[in-house]
Amino acid sequence: MATVTLKPIKTPELIFEGYSITPDNFAGKTAAQIADLPGHEGKILMRLGDFFEISGNAGETAADTNIVITGDCSRVKYIGARMTAGTVTVNGNADMYVGGWMKGGKVHIKGNMDSFCGIQMEGGELICDGDAKNHVGCAYRGDWRGMKGGTIRIRGSAGNDIGTFMLGGTIIIEKDAFIHVSTHAEGGTVIIKGDVEGRVGGQMVKGDMYVLGKIKFMMPGYQKVDTVEKEVDGVTYKLDHYIGDLGERHGKSKGQIVYANLYVPAAA
Amino acid sequence: MAQGELIIKGGFIVDPTRKINGDVGDVAIKDGKIVEKVSSSAKVIDAKGKVVMAGGVDVHAHVAGPKVNAGRLMRPEDKLRAGTCRSNMAQKNGYRMESGFSIPSTFKTGYEYARMGYAFVMEAAMPPLLAPHTHEEIHDTPIIDEAALPVFGNNWFVMDYIRKGEVENTAAYIAWLLKVTKGYGVKVVNPGGTAAWAWGLNCLGLNDRVPYFEVTPAEIMTGLMEANEYLGLPHSMHVHQNDLGNPGNYAITIDSLKLAEGIKTKNKFGREQVMHSTHLQFHSYGGEGWGTFCSKAKEVMDYVNKTKNITIDLGCVTLDETTTMTADGPFEHHLHGLNHLKWTNVDVEMETAAGVVPYVYDPNIKVCDIQWAIGLELALYAKDMDRTFITTDHPNAGPFTRYPRVIKWLMSKQARDAVLNSFKHKDKVLDAISLHTIKRELSLFEIAQMTRAGPAKCLGLGAYYGGLAPGMLGDVAIYDLNFKDMPRDPEKIEAAFQRAACFVKSGEIVVKDGEVVSNGHKKTVWVNAKMPENPQVTRDVTQAFTKGTYTMDIRNYPVRDYLAPHPFVIEYDVEA
Amino acid sequence: MPKLIKGVGCPYCGSSCDDIEVLVSDDETKILEVHNACIIGTNLFHHANDPTRPKLPRMRQPDGSMKEVTYPEAIDWMAKTMLKAKKPLIYGFGSTNCEGMSAVARIAEKAGAVLDNCATICHGPSFLAIFDNGYPSCTLGEAKNRADVVVFWGCNPMHAHPRHTSRYSIFPRGYFTQKGQMQRTVLCIDPRETDTAKLADHHLMIDQGHDYELFDAFRTVLRGFDIPETVAGIPREKIKEAAEIMKKAKFCMIFFGMGCTHTDGRNHNIDAAISLTRDLNEHTKCSIMAMRGHYNIAGPGQVWSWQFGFPYCIDLTKGSHAHMNPGETSSVDLAMRDEVDCFVNVGTDAGAHFPIQAVQHLKKHPFIAIDPNFCMASEIADLHIPVRIAGVDEPGVVYRMDNVPIQFRAVIKGLPGVPSDEELFDMVYERMCELTNTQPVWLAAKADRKYPESPAVI
Ligand code: SF4
Ligand SMILES: [Zn+2]
Ligand SMILES: [Zn+2]
Repeated sequence: MATVTLKPIKTPELIFEGYSITPDNFAGKTAAQIADLPGHEGKILMRLGDFFEISGNAGETAADTNIVITGDCSRVKYIGARMTAGTVTVNGNADMYVGGWMKGGKVHIKGNMDSFCGIQMEGGELICDGDAKNHVGCAYRGDWRGMKGGTIRIRGSAGNDIGTFMLGGTIIIEKDAFIHVSTHAEGGTVIIKGDVEGRVGGQMVKGDMYVLGKIKFMMPGYQKVDTVEKEVDGVTYKLDHYIGDLGERHGKSKGQIVYANLYVPAAA
Repeated sequence: MAQGELIIKGGFIVDPTRKINGDVGDVAIKDGKIVEKVSSSAKVIDAKGKVVMAGGVDVHAHVAGPKVNAGRLMRPEDKLRAGTCRSNMAQKNGYRMESGFSIPSTFKTGYEYARMGYAFVMEAAMPPLLAPHTHEEIHDTPIIDEAALPVFGNNWFVMDYIRKGEVENTAAYIAWLLKVTKGYGVKVVNPGGTAAWAWGLNCLGLNDRVPYFEVTPAEIMTGLMEANEYLGLPHSMHVHQNDLGNPGNYAITIDSLKLAEGIKTKNKFGREQVMHSTHLQFHSYGGEGWGTFCSKAKEVMDYVNKTKNITIDLGCVTLDETTTMTADGPFEHHLHGLNHLKWTNVDVEMETAAGVVPYVYDPNIKVCDIQWAIGLELALYAKDMDRTFITTDHPNAGPFTRYPRVIKWLMSKQARDAVLNSFKHKDKVLDAISLHTIKRELSLFEIAQMTRAGPAKCLGLGAYYGGLAPGMLGDVAIYDLNFKDMPRDPEKIEAAFQRAACFVKSGEIVVKDGEVVSNGHKKTVWVNAKMPENPQVTRDVTQAFTKGTYTMDIRNYPVRDYLAPHPFVIEYDVEA
Repeated sequence: MPKLIKGVGCPYCGSSCDDIEVLVSDDETKILEVHNACIIGTNLFHHANDPTRPKLPRMRQPDGSMKEVTYPEAIDWMAKTMLKAKKPLIYGFGSTNCEGMSAVARIAEKAGAVLDNCATICHGPSFLAIFDNGYPSCTLGEAKNRADVVVFWGCNPMHAHPRHTSRYSIFPRGYFTQKGQMQRTVLCIDPRETDTAKLADHHLMIDQGHDYELFDAFRTVLRGFDIPETVAGIPREKIKEAAEIMKKAKFCMIFFGMGCTHTDGRNHNIDAAISLTRDLNEHTKCSIMAMRGHYNIAGPGQVWSWQFGFPYCIDLTKGSHAHMNPGETSSVDLAMRDEVDCFVNVGTDAGAHFPIQAVQHLKKHPFIAIDPNFCMASEIADLHIPVRIAGVDEPGVVYRMDNVPIQFRAVIKGLPGVPSDEELFDMVYERMCELTNTQPVWLAAKADRKYPESPAVI
């Protein structure tokens, strides 16, 4: 395993589209070659070296490459986007599209993330120690194929539109979320350990949701069917089980209609 | 049109209009037209060892207008599939941005057709009320010449006149509408069914009654064929039949084709058919449901082969993710119920409707594979290639950028077998088709018939497009294929047709080595069939506006001239 | 002799009425009378007579004052500024014809800019919903001729689109609706008792911000399931009754407005409305339509969709492809995040409509306003370039709220020397080509290029 260290030396005047910052793009390159990799600031084609001091050579393959960014990337987009293996660690904040379309490997953001992290993710692991803004693990505009696999774990809170059009994988928000969870989803699991304002599972076809805090406004299309015991992220809870969205279409499996499931702490 | 002289030297000429099949020769062009010879100072293009054909003619594609744009607008994700669109060279030379895969932007549409060596494209369905939109898009589509077919098959005036048996009024209305919309001919989509859709209904049978209008699809088609021949329009009635896309629809398809029996062509444009039946693939289905779904291409083509006054185009499925769009509103509603994807619908007052739904022709799904086979079977069972044209009903069965792939499949059994062998449910597919038993491989001559000479003649444009005879337009495509030694590798056929080695459009080099080098000089082609003023029709049309059945002012209905700044108008007096 | 011009389009609201009659002075420079238009439309035409309309560009001087400059000077400055910027933002087009929108796209491409329009702050969420769920709609004539149930959701046409109800939606006698209003059941869903709500047969006074839940309730009821006792402040029985009315309609027409697009969840409200429309089509015929605000605000969505594949928020900074993702490439987000370094405001007033912080960010960089009149944006700009008014002294195509193209005409002669948007953008483009030593790309030979004749008095 080889580690490439990126030390931010300059804040971009606008923002920097750092789409080259992935183990896949770094693999097999020396620090000097990595400094020459492209990125955009507006319409200007820049180099990674314009914004980062780079030390250490990459491994032979993406899987052999760890990237560590030692400072703030609040104005750097696309960190770890489309990566398939290896790791990226940011000791600070990151801008939009962290781990977007990623297929494998691991991204760890120690600060906060902006919107569209894990967009259309297919595999791998994305961890954020702080908060995420909107559209965690969502689909690209217009695509009905959202997140397909992998895990996103946000240790703080998240905004709106979590797991829109989700098909698979897991999203865990350890604190609160605002509105729209698993809208239009047809699979996957979303766990929110804090409170949610509302619009949980609207237009949802299939998949599972766990909200361990309070839902302020329930969707009218959900109905309680039973109370179950379930393990959620390693802890077992007694949960009320709702099915829905009864206003939406649903498929059948072995003659049975398959609804989406919402689990909330059982009423005492 | 480019001035000056050009000579394309030493290529293998394939020109079915003059029965030239691979003879080595020269093509001379002067002032945008093909001529017998040019002076020694003419610019020379070396075509040695390459195939030379006329510019391609596409008889049916959805490339410009409201529903195409509704598709572009509703599908941002289609842009992701296009990859990087504009080459560095194009960027440097300042060519316009290109985007989209199944529904490319207008710029990309023009450039892609040009790169494939196509000169003329027919936009297959223009809603008359929205005609200015179609013309704005045509204007923004570089290089290729285009025309548009207004839709008539569900038009209130037409249905009214036909119910009353008034051929002359139908004709006068058509002539008026072509003129004010700058349209080319008579398009019919799901006759009666789309009108029924305005109330959420459909006409699946030829003798179903259209609610309120009390005519039947069969009467509409017959009436429009009669009116079309009364006018002697360059093109025939161009029909998308009823019951599209449903298992077992081949019977109604043949019944509809039979409506052409007994109707005689009358025109001075060299056209021989009275009905063009489009995207026949969608209409050649057997079976009682999706489980027993199978090909009836043979049955349909047996009828087509023996009936000289009809032409067809294929509508080949290309096994891509694409966007379906048609004036067959009820069909799109039905389709979104099957695949649950997003659905756009546009009902147009008094005239027509349209629907748009994305569709994935997944090679792992049996039905899609059978559809793929049917499109190719139609071509391979055809006896008269001058009446059988290559299309994908772009973008319905696949994007037009796949024509080279369709050509490859038609020219190579090896290529077809490779696809068949890749199918997950191969055995079940083979039970439902006969493609694997067909050995036929089409020749370059036949491909030129299907993409040049045939469609040009069918559109009544044989004097200008589709051939290389002196006097015709200077549209010449050069493909990197050795006629004498056709590659064993079918991929080379696809590659050659995808990116022409050179394309001369209106006497100007617009593509070189597969890259666009000029934005060309496009034309908008439309028809002005001059008839004496018909007071009844004038009164009916005026009233629809003044009584407010239309919500637009009649003064703003005709497409203004500046919107079609490069007109190529086919103007003639109708002989009563 | 004054001239009466008929079939004139009104360049104000999204109803884009084209039955206006305007009486103009003999020399075609003054509008004397306006017939058929509503009060807003009438005022707009009379406003065009304003003798104080600017006739020359004005440039900000080092001392902060504005000084008149020539058009070539203004064009040169604009071309250079846009070429120099790393990421210019071109925004507006609330009152531009499609010819102008098409011409500006050439500049945007050349400058590597972001191209956006007012939808970004009004019906942008509707676009997002259309991306996700489609748009089962129709032209307004269909509503007029067929609709027997009309739903106004979060919109108040009596105010914002005064002639909408009389031309298209409530009062007119259409082909299958000969009895006009008598034949139509009108539902209004709005937290306020608007004039439209007063006119409606049923007013569902919804709790602000709970549209999404109410749409879901309708859908749940339509599928035969029960719902809670009240949803979004509306009692269950009332919801069931309204659902039944829509279901039993011969043709149900849903119009929605900014009440839906400007509460929490924005696009999802519309998305759910579209799902409801889809569901209703299993029972009857149902269409839905956005009540677009300006007379041609549907235009950029069309023009740019055919040119770039996206209706708004188009990032052209990469020469190879266009990119769109509202939330990132939308004007307000770009401005709030300080992601752009040059701002061109065309025919709208970002100065008045954007959040103050966004305007502050934009003001740090060159700020260009293109507008026929003085407005807040033109007064804070570094450069203000006046143009003709589309629909008054400049003809051209506009798209009505139902995406029907209407060929607007000019009624008076333009101010001498003042270009149309299209002419101005073409000149800027040519200057940019000169500065970069490149050939301009006209899709037609320049000689064949025709601007709509002006004035088009027919
Ligand atoms: S309703 Fe709108 S378009 Fe019609 S006259 Fe009034 S302001 Fe103008
Ligand atoms: Zn069709
Ligand atoms: Zn078609």
